[in-house]
Amino acid sequence: MTDNLPSSVDAVVDMLRGGNYVGDRSLSTALYLALKLGRPLFLEGEAGVGKTEIGKVLSEALGRRLIRLQCYEGLDVSSAVYEWNYSMQMIDIRIAEAAGQQDRERIEDDIFSERFLIKRPLLQALEADDSGQPPVLLIDELDRTDEPFEAFLLEILSDFQVTIPEIGTVKAAKPPIVIITSNRTREIHDAIKRRCFYFWVDYPNARRELEILKVKVPDAPEKLTRQVVEFVQHLRNRDLFKLPGVAETIDWTNALIQLDKIDLDPETVNSSLGVLLKYQDDIEKIQGSEAANILDEVKAGIAAGA
Amino acid sequence: MADTPADPPPDSPANTDLTPGMQLLDRLDDNKLAPNIMHFGRVLRAAGLPIGPGKIIDATQAVMEVGIQSRSDFYWALHAVFVNRRDQHELFDQAFHIFWKDPKLLERMMGILLPQIDSGEAPPPEEQPLRRLQEALSQPQDDKPESEQEEEQEEEIELDAAMTVSERELLQTMDFEEMSADEIEAAKRAIAQMRLPITEIPTRRYQVSPRQARVDMRATMRAALRSGGDSIPLKFRKRRTRPPPLVILCDISGSMSRYTRMFLHFMHAVTNDRDRVHTFLFGTRLTNVTRYLRNKDIDIAIEQVTDAVEDWSGGTRIGESLSDFNRFWSRRVLGQGAIVILISDGLDRDAGRGLHMEIERLHKSCRRLIWLNPLLRFDGFQPKSQGIQAILPSVDEFRPVHNLNSLEELIGALNRPGGPRKQGVQEWLTEM
Repeated sequence: MTDNLPSSVDAVVDMLRGGNYVGDRSLSTALYLALKLGRPLFLEGEAGVGKTEIGKVLSEALGRRLIRLQCYEGLDVSSAVYEWNYSMQMIDIRIAEAAGQQDRERIEDDIFSERFLIKRPLLQALEADDSGQPPVLLIDELDRTDEPFEAFLLEILSDFQVTIPEIGTVKAAKPPIVIITSNRTREIHDAIKRRCFYFWVDYPNARRELEILKVKVPDAPEKLTRQVVEFVQHLRNRDLFKLPGVAETIDWTNALIQLDKIDLDPETVNSSLGVLLKYQDDIEKIQGSEAANILDEVKAGIAAGA
Repeated sequence: MADTPADPPPDSPANTDLTPGMQLLDRLDDNKLAPNIMHFGRVLRAAGLPIGPGKIIDATQAVMEVGIQSRSDFYWALHAVFVNRRDQHELFDQAFHIFWKDPKLLERMMGILLPQIDSGEAPPPEEQPLRRLQEALSQPQDDKPESEQEEEQEEEIELDAAMTVSERELLQTMDFEEMSADEIEAAKRAIAQMRLPITEIPTRRYQVSPRQARVDMRATMRAALRSGGDSIPLKFRKRRTRPPPLVILCDISGSMSRYTRMFLHFMHAVTNDRDRVHTFLFGTRLTNVTRYLRNKDIDIAIEQVTDAVEDWSGGTRIGESLSDFNRFWSRRVLGQGAIVILISDGLDRDAGRGLHMEIERLHKSCRRLIWLNPLLRFDGFQPKSQGIQAILPSVDEFRPVHNLNSLEELIGALNRPGGPRKQGVQEWLTEM
């Protein structure tokens, strides 16, 4: 392939870094392999750990078009792959009749031609853009669709082609880069996973999360950032129904800046906890004395470390 | 299959200098590396990872791309190919570190560790993947005689378990607890015949239909061409329906022990009858046994379940078990409007502590929560125990489950369209 794909794992690390994405080297290895060997990359992990972001960063860094397919229950061929333009087809039949066209086979050939085909994301992804580069295809939250949809994907993921009964097989000249994400609200069928390289995106450790915050919220004061990271890391060890993800950490830091805080205090934590925790049970459990305890631990920990 | 959250993937090997494994790798030329990767893949396959020849080719390619300069990159390259579920990570990790240090070492370790397995001593839970690895490399010949023996036993029982019609009627109303061995066998066969036709719910997918008011444009266009285009007959489609997923949570504590075996047979029948059934057992901790119960052969299935579960006939910690379910499984198995069946007598060692909150969370996350309680067979049953009082306000239906009739009634109830939620427990709630 004559393109700008990174040539080593280190190059992938640099590329992600350049796109303001702070990730583990293990992720870069998986990503490098997926790019190099032309396989889809299957990213699984809790909500808000930056799975979707990888697709976006990739398209930006490589200068490729990003085609995003957001999955939902009931997603079917006509909204994901292609659909025929029925009203145009009908008009065409009327015109053919008016013109006295009798050859039925010709009409059929005519109205089931590419002219009347409405291309949806998966079919679009098989086409290169103007500069001849294949796009980045992001299939987001695959676990939200039902099992029948996974079957549509099999052909696309293994051979990068789509079979349309009326026309034939459409094959990508150059395979797109495919990123699939899943929040694991159900297990994806092995047939899909077998065609992909798999990577579990975990919550970052404190050091990594601090790096992420510095990149994503550069104007946050150093002291606040450290407190936020430590606080969130403590929360992730608690018995909560839904642990806060990196997205929540970033949101919370932004919220605290908007509140003009440079230092965490129990009152602020209590009033802004809704940014971090999204279940009432969890908020109830942490709010008040528990939050104050965690905060004390955090401050003591930072003081001891500094 | 406990879903223990694994430790964060080790990043550190990147920084470790030449380990013995690395030196070994350096000595290997490509001719030797490929067979080693193949051998490694076979070890993982034997340990239960779904690895076919295609994956081994992929792995070899991946390693050639990444190179073997960095042990960490090598690790993650193989990881990306061989692992495709998060719970396989532990097994891979252990196998990797043993195998790539020295392939021979693994076999030697098997030799040292095997006698311990034979002695029947259960290794501590955190060493389980390792045990699976050991078993993967040794052929399990020692298992065979046992299962053959059991088969013979099984056959004997079947021979003298012939029944007349009247016996069958009697069987219907007899309490599982009072059955003799023969009667239990007969009941098991009756259960194996049971089907669970849950009312189907509409999905967001369509199918061709002669009636209903949604026009299927694609089918219409095709029909129009067939008829020549003078008139365009409309073709219709309607929503496809499908039974919702079913999740069964079954209590296997001491107080339930007389019933447990029968319920296992029931769960096995249900699991193999339809797709999207998930089965969990709990006593003091929660175990997902869905995969084992999918085995078509009931005896093999039950044997595997017995091996997987460690808390048979012990105490019950309903709250804790449900909390585990809510945290680790509910989002994965309750996705598309699941019906949950909770089989338990509600007798809780923790006296209902924390139970109400968990059962309420469960109730909120599913379409319908049905509680089956064998204690309900007693006429004067009073919802007095703390466990029962904690559960009852949060379920939609409360039913007995102690004989074949009650199982059949359950099937009938599942087949009726459900009324408003909690309708089935109103009379019990007023009694409390």
